[in-house]
Amino acid sequence: MTNLTLLILVPVLTAIAVMIVPGTKNIRWTAFVGSLIQLGLSVGLLFSYLGERAAGNSAQMLFTTRYSWFPAFNIEYFVGVDGISVTMLLLTAVVVLAGVLISWKMESLNREFFFMLLLLSVGAYGFFISLDLFTLFFFLEVAVIPKFLLIAIWGSGKKEYSAMKLVLMLMGGSSLVLIGILATYFHTNTGNGAHTFDLLVIAQQHIPVGTQKIIFPFLFIGFGVFTALFPFHTWVPDGHSSAPTAGSMFLAGISMKLGAYGCLRVATYLMPEAAHYYSWIIILLATIAIIYGAFATLMQTDLKYINAYSSVSHCGFILLGIGMMTKIAIVGAVMQMVSHGLMTALFFGAIGMIYDRTHTRQLELLGGLLKVMPFLGVVYVIAGLCSLGLPGFSGFVSEMTIFVGSWQNPDTFSRVATILACASIVVTAVYILQATAKAVMGPITNDKYLTLTDATWNEKLASVVLILAILSIGLAPFWFTDLINNDTQLIMNNLVRGLSSN
Amino acid sequence: MPETIYIALIPLLPILSFLLIALVGRRYFPQICGLLGTLSLLSSFVISAIVAYQYFFVVGKVNGIYKQIIVFKYAWLQFNSNISIDMGLLLDPISVMMISIITFISLMVHIYSLGYMKGDPRISTYYSFLSLFTFSMLGLVLSTNIFQMYIFWELVGVSSFLLIGFYYTKPSAVAASKKAFIVTRFADLGFLIGILILSYYTDSLDFQGIIKKATDPSFIGSLASVSFMGLSVLTWGLVLVFIGGAGKSAMFPLHIWLPDAMEGPTPVSALIHAATMVVAGVYIVARLFPVFTFTCPDALQVVAYVGIFSSLFAALIACTQTDIKRVLAYSTISQIGFMMFALGVSGYGGEQGLGFMASMFHLFTHSIFKALLFLGAGSVIHYVHSNDMKDMGGLRKLMPITHLTFLIACLAIAGVPPFAGFFSKEEILLAAWQSNKLIFYAAIFTATLTAFYVFRLYFQIFWSKTFSAHHDQSDAPEHKHGEAPFSMLLPLIILGLLSIVAGLVPFGHFVSSDGEVLNTELHLGFSIAPVVLGLLGIGLALLFYKKENDKPNRMASALSGFYTGALHKFYIDEIYLFVTRKVIFNLIGRPAAWFDKTVVDGSMNGITSFTTSFSGWIKGIQSGKLQDYTLYFFSGLIGFVLLVIYLWT
Repeated sequence: MTNLTLLILVPVLTAIAVMIVPGTKNIRWTAFVGSLIQLGLSVGLLFSYLGERAAGNSAQMLFTTRYSWFPAFNIEYFVGVDGISVTMLLLTAVVVLAGVLISWKMESLNREFFFMLLLLSVGAYGFFISLDLFTLFFFLEVAVIPKFLLIAIWGSGKKEYSAMKLVLMLMGGSSLVLIGILATYFHTNTGNGAHTFDLLVIAQQHIPVGTQKIIFPFLFIGFGVFTALFPFHTWVPDGHSSAPTAGSMFLAGISMKLGAYGCLRVATYLMPEAAHYYSWIIILLATIAIIYGAFATLMQTDLKYINAYSSVSHCGFILLGIGMMTKIAIVGAVMQMVSHGLMTALFFGAIGMIYDRTHTRQLELLGGLLKVMPFLGVVYVIAGLCSLGLPGFSGFVSEMTIFVGSWQNPDTFSRVATILACASIVVTAVYILQATAKAVMGPITNDKYLTLTDATWNEKLASVVLILAILSIGLAPFWFTDLINNDTQLIMNNLVRGLSSN
Repeated sequence: MPETIYIALIPLLPILSFLLIALVGRRYFPQICGLLGTLSLLSSFVISAIVAYQYFFVVGKVNGIYKQIIVFKYAWLQFNSNISIDMGLLLDPISVMMISIITFISLMVHIYSLGYMKGDPRISTYYSFLSLFTFSMLGLVLSTNIFQMYIFWELVGVSSFLLIGFYYTKPSAVAASKKAFIVTRFADLGFLIGILILSYYTDSLDFQGIIKKATDPSFIGSLASVSFMGLSVLTWGLVLVFIGGAGKSAMFPLHIWLPDAMEGPTPVSALIHAATMVVAGVYIVARLFPVFTFTCPDALQVVAYVGIFSSLFAALIACTQTDIKRVLAYSTISQIGFMMFALGVSGYGGEQGLGFMASMFHLFTHSIFKALLFLGAGSVIHYVHSNDMKDMGGLRKLMPITHLTFLIACLAIAGVPPFAGFFSKEEILLAAWQSNKLIFYAAIFTATLTAFYVFRLYFQIFWSKTFSAHHDQSDAPEHKHGEAPFSMLLPLIILGLLSIVAGLVPFGHFVSSDGEVLNTELHLGFSIAPVVLGLLGIGLALLFYKKENDKPNRMASALSGFYTGALHKFYIDEIYLFVTRKVIFNLIGRPAAWFDKTVVDGSMNGITSFTTSFSGWIKGIQSGKLQDYTLYFFSGLIGFVLLVIYLWT
């Protein structure tokens, strides 16, 4: 029997160990080993999950643990996983490991940095396994507040402004989530007048449609802020560009997925009637984010801004998939969460490694880096190709799944939205190639670059881990869809119920 | 076919050699990477030849009809019970023909590059990209599933991108690779939406499933009600798929990337931008041909007119260019236009299907003689170190083998009997004559232009003035040897021989629209006009360009406006630049970025500053002075009393 609590315990213990061990070198290795163990646990979880399923265990959530935390309000520490959460945990483990490796040579305060990073990961792990709304919210907060310090202390540029902006907007989002969760709680009934935070129980309850219509926007917009829902996306460019490399990787790779996961697992799953009612607004906002984000990216000149705005566009695909509410589209949305998480982490990693050497991220100052740093150049090109949805990488399969799924809705509005979303892949190609051609290819613009050194072992390892993860989905998407198909079907069943009663 | 799985080796060998070279070879044994790639391609070619033999002569034909064989199929990404992306291998006459062409031309290019790229420090990278391209192209033609084809379609695009930008420190090469990728990506958007439409209405992504459903009369009837702007949705779907094809095949107005793509190494141009990748558009139309003819004849009309227009348009431009590779690039566009409109005028089955057969035949012969032209041009460039005609002339004595093979290729493309191009071009013209006279006349004019520009090229390179090495390169070692190295000459000789005999293949026995044998005979009476006109074109080129004279200039000034237009490629590039830079960037991109910075972000900042100033305003109330609090207390009390009194009365 796999114990999910280990997934929270290991990063907590690692964080504590990081605070205790002496010497910078030991701190790094502790963080590295801790993340490696965590990745091992996640992969182990994947296999024991597959084993359980193969053995015919058809419970919705596996490996559940329950512990009453605050009986007066029925708050429980209740954890369990299905296929969707398993993929999210794998994503988190891979990105955190890569983040630790990329941060090998922090300039100052190593100890505190790794502590903050691990603390953030605790929030993410806890969030993805929680099945109790209050516990889920608790972990969401854990994954927000350390970001302020991470950006304000180790960031670059106008970091105080960005840190404040990011945390305020995310706190705003999570306060909406809190309102939504509490409102949901008070509309549940476990039989004897008691309320519950239990996600699985709430999903089976029929909250009155009128109430759902009020609660749903709080939950969806609240989580949507995390995943760059237009027009609440403006923390993304500033936050990412000021954050240290591992911070950006965590933010874009995992933090934005917290929101997407919440939108799917909490808002859409628990409020299916309202989700249908509002679906056109979700589709509209998602399409705006996709197109508008892509065009805004065209005009950026800072590598990190380019990737940040493109994240707005790519996360729009996730929301589009959720908003389309067909099974294929939702499968695509989950794939896109993982795919974007890995891809953008690789991208921010590559940008960070370039920045560490050139000390600039301005496109007009960069040029010809492939010549002096072949490994980094290739990593940047691969990240770019993945971002523009080249087959073989994960972005292609997830985007195509969303497109095919969206096309199943025959109404003109969905069709137009789908075509616009498809059109963004051309714009993506333009901005990616524009940046790649300028920064990586072409003649060397600055003689100082001639002396730059290529990636070190830790940077190479981080890149290779991320690229392998991307390829494992891109080349063999079938295992991934098999993993999440059933659980998407359960969400779909709820949505179908919502459709019929609308 | 028993023991069929070895067929999978045809695409697998190149991808293995790609992985081996890219991951290991590049670092540890760069010297032999070229040989490694060539050997793997050789094996791939041998297997293809065996497969082609087996298919055409042993197992492919059942009751006189070539059938489709699905060697294997695996659901790669299952969307629902009907729609899935499969990975599989499909054998039918056109795919078998294509794998033979691809592996053969690729092998020639691999051998040629051993000499051409010798000494380049990145030769191992070059070979890994060549292998990647060959793999993708083979996967494309062997696809059983339209989405599988799309996947390889994109991979072909990216390998083309990598190879065009091979000299990545050269800004023009980088710009060209970017342009090629973006233009074809734009076209692929059409392909993608076309796939979505087709799959939605036919409920399948399989070629067989799509064709079966879409050509079913009851289904066609049921679709009549679903139309958009006067055309049925399926027609729109096919037109969109064709847009994807037109992008890859560089049809007007998506042709702009191909001439720039000549920035890549010349053998790459021979392989990708002449013989294989650029015919992918023709291939997709041929692959979906039953749907085009039976269900959507309107879409086929689009194919025909786009084909003939591109063909004529490109031939006109080719007459004015001075970069020899660009002349060949425009010539490629023109010849692919021939294949396109041949499909466009074709019907299905028997004599009706002449156009289909002719198109595939021309694809086959063209790939041979166009690859030869490019490789010959590469040999010339290798010698002269310039792409410009002005730097050439009188090379026939200095490089006799290149000269001879180039001449053969020129005769073949000009349609002089009995060279390869003659036979296929005659069939195309005949098909056009039988179906659409307007297209026929345009085509025969284009054929004349073809003879003219290709011999203009030939005379400018090999005759005209006497060659003077004005680049101070007399000490360059290869010039002491005169001709190019043997590894470069061998492919030239092989391709030259094939250009002479390839037209004699009874092509209709192997490839036809319905799989049945199509007997074609030469219509001698019909052939007179095209041949005479072709010779006229050659004669004109002889008159103008055999010796240096001012006739071309006088001609140019006589046609000044038109000549300038053609010289500047009819300003299509400028129009694109205007639309992208001025319209899209300035009218959409910049406002979007501005809107985000000022309006969206501004309102977020506005909320914060409002909160700050609001709290600044109310914090005055908490002054800590007892008098103030007393005042508030009594004002509140009075207010409350007044309220009570008001409510009371």
